[in-house]
Amino acid sequence: MKPVRVIEGRAVPLERSDVDTDQIIPSDWLKRVERTGFGRGLFSEWRDDPSFVLNDQRYVGANILVAGPRFGTGSSREHAVWALMDYGFAAVVAPSFGDIFRNNSSKQGLVIVQLAQEDVDELTRLVKEDSTRLVIVDVDQMQVEVPQVDWHRSFALDPMIRERLLYGWDDIGLTMRREASITSFEERSTAPTLEGVFDGAGHVIAR
Amino acid sequence: MAGQTLFEKIWNQHVVASPEGEPTLLYIDLHLVHEVTSPQAFDGLRLNGRGVRRPDLTLATADHNVPTDPISTPVKDPVSRRQLEALEENCREFNITVFPRGHENQGIVHIIGPELGVTQPGMTIVCGDSHTSTHGAFGALAFGIGTSEVEHVLATQTLPQQKAQTMSVTVRGKAPSGVSAKDIVLAIVGRLGTGGGAGHVLEYRGEAITDLSMEGRMTVCNMSIEAGARAGLVAVDDKTIDYLRGRPGVPEGEAFERLAEHWRSYVSDKDAVYDREIVIEASELVPYVTWGTNPAQVVALDGVVPSPNEFDDPDERNASERSLDYMGLAPGEPIRSIPVDVVFIGSCTNARIEDLRAAAVVARGQRVAPGVRALVVPGSHRVKRQAEEEGLDEIFLAAGFEWREPGCSMCLGMNPDQLGQGQRSASTSNRNFEGRQGRGGRTHLVSPVVAAATAILGHFASPEDVNG
Repeated sequence: MKPVRVIEGRAVPLERSDVDTDQIIPSDWLKRVERTGFGRGLFSEWRDDPSFVLNDQRYVGANILVAGPRFGTGSSREHAVWALMDYGFAAVVAPSFGDIFRNNSSKQGLVIVQLAQEDVDELTRLVKEDSTRLVIVDVDQMQVEVPQVDWHRSFALDPMIRERLLYGWDDIGLTMRREASITSFEERSTAPTLEGVFDGAGHVIAR
Repeated sequence: MAGQTLFEKIWNQHVVASPEGEPTLLYIDLHLVHEVTSPQAFDGLRLNGRGVRRPDLTLATADHNVPTDPISTPVKDPVSRRQLEALEENCREFNITVFPRGHENQGIVHIIGPELGVTQPGMTIVCGDSHTSTHGAFGALAFGIGTSEVEHVLATQTLPQQKAQTMSVTVRGKAPSGVSAKDIVLAIVGRLGTGGGAGHVLEYRGEAITDLSMEGRMTVCNMSIEAGARAGLVAVDDKTIDYLRGRPGVPEGEAFERLAEHWRSYVSDKDAVYDREIVIEASELVPYVTWGTNPAQVVALDGVVPSPNEFDDPDERNASERSLDYMGLAPGEPIRSIPVDVVFIGSCTNARIEDLRAAAVVARGQRVAPGVRALVVPGSHRVKRQAEEEGLDEIFLAAGFEWREPGCSMCLGMNPDQLGQGQRSASTSNRNFEGRQGRGGRTHLVSPVVAAATAILGHFASPEDVNG
């Protein structure tokens, strides 16, 4: 994962609540075995509509998505995060998020900015008023800003997620620092294994 | 000191390390894998020169995009075929047991875990699929993860996790007859909303829950994620143990009985304290149908399509307007008057043997309404064989239903089983999101008996409507 400290750019207001991961990336796109190229599938069912905000010329190139409550609920597909990032988004601002989506975002470096509903509404108004306004998401300071109108709000980040974003740390590498603890847990564990249940071809071994 | 909840017991038994200021590192007892959320994880392992730490705790099956045509028919979609092949190749390379399309043990991942007895009480279970919560019916802590986490579990058999909050969801008293497990969980999701369970593990309790069979409890736990919850749980009792006895993944004889005694500890202590508690009166429950585009938009089968004006919250009002527009419905329309094009009986929510039996009772001796396509997709090959031994396939076929091969099928329309633009379905699956079952498709979630009755009458209906 690439380190991310400060995101500077423009924001696009989605103005929709309950945007589930099926909307973010339809299941048709989930057949691919690659990790790239999902941007073309982002919101694909809505993008056919010329009035959909991502088709609005004023917001082309925006890298911050502002959405309604419960963004990213539903399916666990990380493809939703890959699609948002592949399209060019580096942060999503919303009043609330699906738990798995939030987790998945933290693994890829997509910054999740949770603000109160009224703050999201204000930010939406600010970028609708003037789509060219610079918006800054500062991971280090945990602050989102619109400098032109001196608007700024703080947001919370799990300390570990913040560190990982700032340094671009790999989760697996971090966990393997605890390998001795894992091995010792395994030695104590009495949980069953699949050993002796199936043969090499997946058939149940008769007892 | 207060007692522990079931969640806390399982959690505490799986802590590998809890370093200051970092998430807890949790051990994972069973990792279930399918073709859709795993290829990029296996790729990540290869890129970083990592292996699979515990192939003996990892089990894979094809389910999400397998066609449900006869197994002898090749997979026509080259992209799907490539993904199914990749699963087999990856599992061979990393020495993981895999059930490819057509294998005797293949089926939807959340159906095969329990039926093979590899889902057991007290375990931590993960899978790259949000409906992993299904396994919570066995008193196991089971939750869905993304592909990066799949890779993490493959490499380390652990996951860094923030401890969830607990919520007791009591369904008090006996459910009226005609109210199924699906209706119970639709009522719960309707009450909590799609975000109401966020950050929580739900523990379902009360007579209406303990009265359910293991399969009914799986249906309830399955849709925990639809309320935004991390997982759902039901405490272990005699039914849990009786269900598991004799299954391939458990020991036999004395060894099983000893294990079963241990499993009995997977209940919440009497004085355990939950972070939140809600109570639902079972006597007030009825059969439900979803009317909108999220699973909390629930209405009684006897009811009418609601009006956006009924919602105080502006977001909900807005969302309901969009939902009605997408669904092509007008406020006040009686649910029973809405005609359907397709009926889907299947998915990890409702494709177990009891679901098929219940639907078959309604379908027996009847005919699917003209113009309606009705599919029955068993959850696994084991379920399919059992159903065929009981003659359920013949009942469905005689009534004009299609009897198909196992898989996730039209629940998410990754395979060729999809709704067309504007087509309306009654579906026993778990999500009515826009386009979920096919672009422009309109999904209404229902129980298996309501689905079967709807297929026969061509509009939303109860079994009583068919016989009456």
